[in-house]
Amino acid sequence: MPVYIGKRLLVAIPTLLIISIFVFSLQKLLPGDPILAMAGEERDPATIAFLREKYHLNDPVIVQYFSWIGGILVGDFGISLRTNQPVLELIGQKLPVTIQLAVMSMILALLIGIPAGILAAVYKNRAWDYIANIVALSGLSVPNFWLGIMLILLVSVNLGWLPASGYESIFVDPVRSIKTMIMPAFVLSTALAAQLMRHTRSAMLGVLSSDYIRTARAKGLSPREIILSHTFRNALLPIVTLSALLFGELLAGAVLTEQIFTIPGFGKLTVDAVFTRDYAVVQGIVMCTAIGFILMNLIADVLYVLLNPRLRATL
Amino acid sequence: MKIASLTSALLAGAFLAFPAMSAELRIGLNDDADVLDPAQSRTFVGRLVYTAMCDKLVDISQEMKIVPQLATEWAWSEGGNVLTMKIRDGVKFHDGEVLDAAAVVATIERNMTLPESRRKSELASVAKVEASGPLEVKFTLKSPDVTLLAQLSDRAGMIVSPKAAKELGANFGSKPVCAGPFKFVERIQQDRIVLEKFADYWDKDKILVDKITYLPIPDTTVKLANLRSGDLDIAERISASDAESVKNDPNLTYADVIGPGYMAMYANVANGERADNPLGKDKRLRQAFSLAIDREAISQIVYEGTAMAGNQPFPPSSPWFNKDLAVPARDIEKAKQLMKEAGYETLDIELQHANNTTQTQMMQVIQSMVAEAGFNVSLKATEFATLLSEQTAGNYQLSRSDWSGRIDPDGNLHQFVTCKGGINDVKYCNPEVDKLLDEARTSPDDAVRKEKYDAASVILADDMPIIYLGHQPYAYAISNKVEGFEPSPDGMMRLLGVSKK
Repeated sequence: MPVYIGKRLLVAIPTLLIISIFVFSLQKLLPGDPILAMAGEERDPATIAFLREKYHLNDPVIVQYFSWIGGILVGDFGISLRTNQPVLELIGQKLPVTIQLAVMSMILALLIGIPAGILAAVYKNRAWDYIANIVALSGLSVPNFWLGIMLILLVSVNLGWLPASGYESIFVDPVRSIKTMIMPAFVLSTALAAQLMRHTRSAMLGVLSSDYIRTARAKGLSPREIILSHTFRNALLPIVTLSALLFGELLAGAVLTEQIFTIPGFGKLTVDAVFTRDYAVVQGIVMCTAIGFILMNLIADVLYVLLNPRLRATL
Repeated sequence: MKIASLTSALLAGAFLAFPAMSAELRIGLNDDADVLDPAQSRTFVGRLVYTAMCDKLVDISQEMKIVPQLATEWAWSEGGNVLTMKIRDGVKFHDGEVLDAAAVVATIERNMTLPESRRKSELASVAKVEASGPLEVKFTLKSPDVTLLAQLSDRAGMIVSPKAAKELGANFGSKPVCAGPFKFVERIQQDRIVLEKFADYWDKDKILVDKITYLPIPDTTVKLANLRSGDLDIAERISASDAESVKNDPNLTYADVIGPGYMAMYANVANGERADNPLGKDKRLRQAFSLAIDREAISQIVYEGTAMAGNQPFPPSSPWFNKDLAVPARDIEKAKQLMKEAGYETLDIELQHANNTTQTQMMQVIQSMVAEAGFNVSLKATEFATLLSEQTAGNYQLSRSDWSGRIDPDGNLHQFVTCKGGINDVKYCNPEVDKLLDEARTSPDDAVRKEKYDAASVILADDMPIIYLGHQPYAYAISNKVEGFEPSPDGMMRLLGVSKK
C-alpha cells in the first residue's frame, strides 16, 4: 500500500507542473492590469511605478514564472497584491471556512442522497421511486442562487429563525457557527444529494439484478440483510468515487453560495481575487485546489481497495 | 413628591441609558475594505471605516465646508505659501499616547515618505512640515495650493499614533491606532471589521453606541434581507431599484444625499491611434451626442429618480456649479443640425461600459436616445478592471465611467483635463484651461476660484472631451431602531450622535 501511494504521488508531480504553467500563462493573458486595479481612483504614476517594481511585474514573464515556482517549492506562495497578506496565510484563513461548509453539506447530501437512492432502487417503478426522482430532478435543476435567496427571505426575514448571512468560527461559537452555516450547506447539498441519489439507485439496481443476490434470496435471507450487507456494500464503490469528487468540487469553492450568504471562504476569495487581478492569490488558489483534487482522488482509490478486497491483489 | 419624581426620572434614565450603553451598530458595506492604513488605503469602503476610527486634521460639514476636527484653527500666510494649524489640546490616541504637533508632523512625513504610501500625490505641494510649537504645526508649500485643506480632510490628514506606526511600519493596517471615536478590535477579511467605543475620545459625550461591526455584503438583496431580519442596522449604497421597497417598509427608513462625484462618458480626443475618429476630432459631433441625451429621463428611468441630472463635474446643488450653463434639455433637431454641419447623416460609435446591470441599462437607454439623432452606437460591456486599463491605454472611442468626487472642486477637474493631468485619459490639452485651473488652485478666495472654474467650465462645455451625465446619490436603508443618522454629502458615515434603541 505505501508503495502504491508513493507511486501515485510521484505521478502527481508532472500534473501539478502542467497546471502551474497553465494557470500562470492564462493569468497573464487576462486583459486588465492588477496595478491599475489597485492604484486607486487617482492612478498616480509614481505609485504605479513603485508597485510594478515591488511586485516584479517588470521582469520577463519567464523569470516571473520561475521565481513563483521556486517560491512554492519552499512554501512561499507570494503575497496578495490587494491586502499585502501572504497568500498561504489567506488560504489558511479561508480553507477551514470552506471545509466546514463542504463537510456540512456533504453530510447532508449523504444523509439525503443515499437513503433516497436505496429506497428508489428497492421500490423501483413504484411511488417511492417516482417521488425520489422528482425531488432529485428538482434538486439538480433549481439554481443555487435562487434557492439561497428564497431561503433567506423565508427562513431569516419572514420566520426569523436563522441569521441571513455571515460567518462565525466553530471554535468561537459552535451554536452560532452551525446556525449561520446550515442554510448555505443545505443549498449546496441539494444538487449533490440529487446526484448521489441517482448514482446510488443505478448502482443498487445493477447489483440487485445479479445472480448472487438471487441466491441470497433463495437462501431465505431477510430483505434487510440482502439490501444492506449484500447489495449496498457492493454498490458503494462508485458512490465513494463520486462522493470524493463531489467533495473536491465543494472545496474548490462554492462560489455562488458563498457570495450569497457572504461566507468568507475559498470561493469568495477566488472571485474577489479574479476581479481585482490579484495574480498571486488566484495562482495560489488554483494550485491548492489542484493539490486537493489529486489528494481526494488518491483517497478515493485507497478507500476502493479497502472496501473491495479483490483489488488488493492488483497492487 | 420631588424626591419621588427625581427617583423615577433617574430610574427611567438608567433604563433608557442601559440599552444605549450596550448597543452594537451593525453596518452593511457594499464590499470589503483594503489595507486599513490611512497612508496606504485606496478604497471608498476603507474611508467609511476610517470615519469612525481615525480623526482628521479637518472635517467636512453638511454644507461641504471645511470645519475643525483635530486642528481647531488654521491660517494661510500672505501669498499662500505657509499654512499654520493649531492642534486640539488633550487628544489621545487609542494606545494612550498623546496627540501633539510632533505626532502630526510624524504622520504627514510618513504619508510623504513611506514607500507604500498612496498619499504622496495628495501632499505633493508640501515642501516641509514642522512643529512650530507643542500644539502648532506649520506646512511650508512649494507653491500656493489651497486644495491642501481638502486633502487634510481625508486620509492624508488622518493622524496615526507615531509609536504604533514606528513599530508596525508598512504593516500598520494589521492593527491601526488612530484618535477617532472608535478603536480597532478585529478584522476578518471579507467578513467583518469590529470597532469599539474609545473611552478617552476628546468628544466622548457624543459616542452613543458601544460597538460597531462593519459587514461587507456585496449582494443588495441579501443586504436588505439582513436589514429586514434585524441582522443589520444600516445598509450603505443601496441600489436605486431597492429605494421604493425600502420606503414602503414600515420598519425601515430611506435616506439619500447627492454625492460630490459624477457620471460621465469620456471621448477619446487625443489618446493614441483610436482618437483618430470623427467623434474624437470634431467637437460638434460630441455636442450633438450630448444634446441627443435626455438626462432627466435617465435619472428617472435608470435611477428611479434618485440621481440628479447634470452637465458639469459638480452637481447643480454644489456652490461650484456654473449656473449660467444650465443642464441642457434634449434637442434632437439641434443635434441633427450639428451633425449635418460636421458633414454626417449617421455615425457609428463604439461605447465601452462596465458590465453591471445598472450601467448596461443606462447605456441601452442612451443608445436608443442618440439613435434618433443618427448615432449608431454599438455597446461593449467590459469587466471593470479591463475597462480601466483600456481607458488608460486609449483603446476606446467613448468610455463610460464614474468619479466618486472630491470635496475641493480641483479634485473633480484638474487631473482629468489639464495637459499633464494624471488621469487625463482623453488626453485633452488646452493651455487656456490649464492656466485657469492652475490659478484656481492658488487663490484662498473662493469667489476668485469660482470665477476661474466658471470660465473653465464654459470652454469645457464647448470642447466637450468629457460628456457629463449626472450625479449619483449615496442612498441608505436604515432600521427604525437607529436614531440620529444623517447622510453626509461626501458619502461618509458619521456616527457621532447616532444611537440605537
